[in-house]
Amino acid sequence: MECVFGLVGNGFAIVAADTSAVHSILVHKSNEDKIIILDSHKLIAASGEPGDRVQFTEYIQKNVALYQFRNGIPLTTVAAANFTRGELATALRKNPSFVNILLAGYDKETGPSLYYIDYIATLHKVEKGAFGYGSYFSLSMMDRHFHSGMSVEEAIDLVDKCILEIRSRLVVAPPNFVIKIVDKDGAREYAWRESVKEAVAA
Amino acid sequence: MGIRAILSSHLPNGQFGRHSLCLAAVGREHKKLPTLYFDIYRFSKQFPPLLLSIFGLSASDLCSFSFLFNLSLKIMKLDTSGLESAASLFGASSELFDGFATAPSFELPVTNDFDGFQKEAIQMVKPAKGTTTLAFIFKEGVMVAADSRASMGGYISSQSVKKIIEINPYMLGTMAGGAADCQFWHRNLGIKCRLHELANKRRISVTGASKLLANILYSYRGMGLSVGTMIAGWDETGPGLYYVDSEGGRLKGTRFSVGSGSPYAYGVLDSGYRYDLSIEEAAELARRAIYHATFRDGASGGVASVYYVGPNGWKKLSGDDVGELHYKYYPVMPSTVEQEMVEVSGA
Repeated sequence: MECVFGLVGNGFAIVAADTSAVHSILVHKSNEDKIIILDSHKLIAASGEPGDRVQFTEYIQKNVALYQFRNGIPLTTVAAANFTRGELATALRKNPSFVNILLAGYDKETGPSLYYIDYIATLHKVEKGAFGYGSYFSLSMMDRHFHSGMSVEEAIDLVDKCILEIRSRLVVAPPNFVIKIVDKDGAREYAWRESVKEAVAA
Repeated sequence: MGIRAILSSHLPNGQFGRHSLCLAAVGREHKKLPTLYFDIYRFSKQFPPLLLSIFGLSASDLCSFSFLFNLSLKIMKLDTSGLESAASLFGASSELFDGFATAPSFELPVTNDFDGFQKEAIQMVKPAKGTTTLAFIFKEGVMVAADSRASMGGYISSQSVKKIIEINPYMLGTMAGGAADCQFWHRNLGIKCRLHELANKRRISVTGASKLLANILYSYRGMGLSVGTMIAGWDETGPGLYYVDSEGGRLKGTRFSVGSGSPYAYGVLDSGYRYDLSIEEAAELARRAIYHATFRDGASGGVASVYYVGPNGWKKLSGDDVGELHYKYYPVMPSTVEQEMVEVSGA
């Protein structure tokens, strides 16, 4: 099952997600990027049903871009999180989207932040969060080793510890993970953690 | 019980005697409605003016309480499907039942378990993706292959289904899932691609075509479409391969196999795959993977067709019967004889 987790450090927020696209017992691909760059300083890590995940996050991405075009300034992370939650809430009783979202962003005034948004439109501002079967392992790891104001190296170390734990203890552990970071320089891919190399077309 | 109540409310007081008793007796077997209906019919055939005059009923009255039978019996969940057409025949005639037959309504299947009936109906129609299709990108382009068997549960309905659909001269789609769904929506996608070409004076990319299809299928999600397709094509950016399914998922990739035989095909495909295959080698790999899937999966078989999509469009490379392929890959060896029977020469 899909593992997504993230945490906030000193001036940055980091999210990691698995990269397997699975259909019952078959793994269709192991390099599916589930962390979408929402805009220059925001990331959405999403897990859930495949169609819903892509369609909903693209919808949020385009609406956030639209706001920026219309108003000339980008949305803050808290506004984007509340907008996302509002969309999920409105759709909930009509055509619900089964996506769990971790929204990470960096604002100049307020610094880095991480928002936990459930598929039933729960919204929490958190310092560390996780979804999926992997959350059983990564949440306790993060509870034990997290302290506020971690440096990038410490945070990556913690993320690697969580990935190792998921790989060794989860029965259907996904082999590959992608890690993305957002800080004052923007949202970008940080690293891949691959244990199964997917044949990539040159 | 309900029938008797209705009967007594409709029959005028007084005269019935035997006839009412008969009807009441028949009413006791109300579980077998066709019998009840038939008995009324028999009575009326034998004594048409007599029966009707005794009851003081006109033909239309007869119709009305037969319709009421249907109503009450539906509540009691009996099988009245045998009577549906007759009721509608009668129902049209008279002004007596305004509010009964003329209320806008649609036929519901008369069954105990309505939700289960729908699911069963869908399961019966849907071939449960009993197929093997595969596609992969390599140096020279995209290789697409599929079997040609259509099965309905344990019955093989056809061995010659075209599962590779030609969307336009440079794009192919594969079919897995519901045949009608795949054919219709691929055809629809072809129309949309052509409209895009005419509107924008350039060909649509494989990314765009697959996104069009994925958006359409996403909007029908939950309504019972069954489509597991791969869109393979060659556009300005080179070869493109996308997997799109009826749950709304869309994946970009280099190797996919879809269907009940896909795990078997994946094994052969993954172990034999290199990016720098030649066209003949890639075709042979695709053919072999389909053959091995048809060997192990009962829902796949027939003919293994292989198509190649290159910079100039698609081209069908081969279509081999998998039975013949079996003997080509595993020819019959004369087995060594342990003991030979020698002709005993006649004395």
